[in-house]
Amino acid sequence: MTGPMSGELEELYQSIILDHNRRPQNFRAMPEASAHADGLNPMCGDQFTVWLKMNGDVVEDVSFQGSGCAISKASASLMTQAVKGKTKAEAEKLFDSFHGLVTGHGGGEDLGRLKAFSGVSRFPLRVKCATLAWHAMRSALDDAAKGPASNPTEPQA
Amino acid sequence: MNIKPLAPRSDFPLLAGDPKLHYLDSAATTQKPQAVLDAISGYYERDNANPHRGAYTLSAAATEAYQTARDSIARFLGAADPDTLIFTRGTTESLNLLATAWGHANVKKGDRIVVTRLEHHANFVPWQQLALATGAEFRICELTAEGEIDLAKLSELVTKNTKVVAFGHVSNAIGTVNPVAEIAAIAHRVGALAVCDGAQGAPHLTVGFDSLGVDAYAFSGHKMLGPMGIGGLIAKRDLLESMPPYQMGGDMIALVGDNATTWNVLPHKFEAGTPNVEGAVGLAAAVGYLESLGMDKVHAHETALVRYATERLATIEDLTLLGPPAVRRGGLVSFTLRDVHPHDLSQLLDAENIAVRAGHHCAQPLMRALGVNATTRASFYVYNDSSDVDALVSAVAHVRERFAATV
Repeated sequence: MTGPMSGELEELYQSIILDHNRRPQNFRAMPEASAHADGLNPMCGDQFTVWLKMNGDVVEDVSFQGSGCAISKASASLMTQAVKGKTKAEAEKLFDSFHGLVTGHGGGEDLGRLKAFSGVSRFPLRVKCATLAWHAMRSALDDAAKGPASNPTEPQA
Repeated sequence: MNIKPLAPRSDFPLLAGDPKLHYLDSAATTQKPQAVLDAISGYYERDNANPHRGAYTLSAAATEAYQTARDSIARFLGAADPDTLIFTRGTTESLNLLATAWGHANVKKGDRIVVTRLEHHANFVPWQQLALATGAEFRICELTAEGEIDLAKLSELVTKNTKVVAFGHVSNAIGTVNPVAEIAAIAHRVGALAVCDGAQGAPHLTVGFDSLGVDAYAFSGHKMLGPMGIGGLIAKRDLLESMPPYQMGGDMIALVGDNATTWNVLPHKFEAGTPNVEGAVGLAAAVGYLESLGMDKVHAHETALVRYATERLATIEDLTLLGPPAVRRGGLVSFTLRDVHPHDLSQLLDAENIAVRAGHHCAQPLMRALGVNATTRASFYVYNDSSDVDALVSAVAHVRERFAATV
């Protein structure tokens, strides 16, 4: 690039996002998980698996693995940190708040460091990246609530 | 290095109106010269009516415009018999036409269908699904380490029960130019059909269908300066005559009885419904434009840009170029940059007015074999010059620094 990044891009690629892209947290498989689900973006082939270990209604542990762009990977990484220790209802509320933030439709409550993704709303093509692991997490939460047997692959529409 | 555009940017209204744009995604779709836009509007201003239907003068003018377009495009692609050029929506429809109409009439359980690891989904999925529907065996020919079709492996795969070998002229994902005649000869040794996906061939190389060796060749107009929604299938006359129709309706019939119907002659048998005359006329103007440039010069221009781009990109640390060496590659470069996902890279390049494609390039089977999810692809055409390469190289180098700086 000939000059510094534009303001909108600076906002999209904040250093916390680049850091989590380089060093994702909770980036591991979890054989003892209560449930897991895949998030797939058929447009680009990006794919993540999210594992959840529930203790009653509480997310005791959460991890992810897969490959994708900086936005999708950093979002997954920060998501795992944010939902650990939350109840199912709290995690779902966080999903809604995060979804609102990145689509520019309100939301943004209780997001803490996840607010770094506010720049995504200016780039509609990247919303799918930012929410890929979140959709997988929500579907794993539903599966965990249904029982240990089900863990279907769910391509994201 | 100073490589000038082969075609003046001023011929292309979109590029003329956006002087800063480095458009490097012509393998996805090309920009259109004024001559093509004029041909389309001229058709509607002077000749528009439904062809093959009315006895009135205007319908005759539309019929004439459509047929003249077919003649020029067939000539451009080296087919002496213009009636063996079937107009379709593009390569995808052409290949589906073959896999459906020819495939279901000729392929059965126990037969074999062979494709290659390089194929675009449009030349992969229709054959895979044909195999699943008929119980035929579906085999994929693997590549050499340089991303070229392994002809020794292909010879082994093409057994006596093989009915079709489907392969691309030029890979849209990594640029490999395939030896079409040799592959067709391997198919013909066992009497199999040789089907070539020319989406990335026709825009860049002299096709010469009648001496190419294949039985069928599919192409898209919008990748060769023409409008979207028009393309074609050129095939040998006896093949087309032996095939049942693909779609039923107006224009493709001879006599419709209460209980049976006979088919019209070629090319109409495969062109049901009101044709895309605007598209054909626009594409004819596009091939006229390419002929005036000279396809040898088009190819030489792209080769010069690709050679320059590969030399310069190779100097960027952590950058890996995919595909064969520049001398054996079509007009594109495909690469990965360590720790920078192609989507992030293309987003950051976009901010520098550089349009490249990031993703799996509709070639997931190939991406799996290469061990990547996605690549970044820059593709060149007649309006590109060395300043486009320079902008790309310097922007990629800056993105790499920016991502590396966070370590």
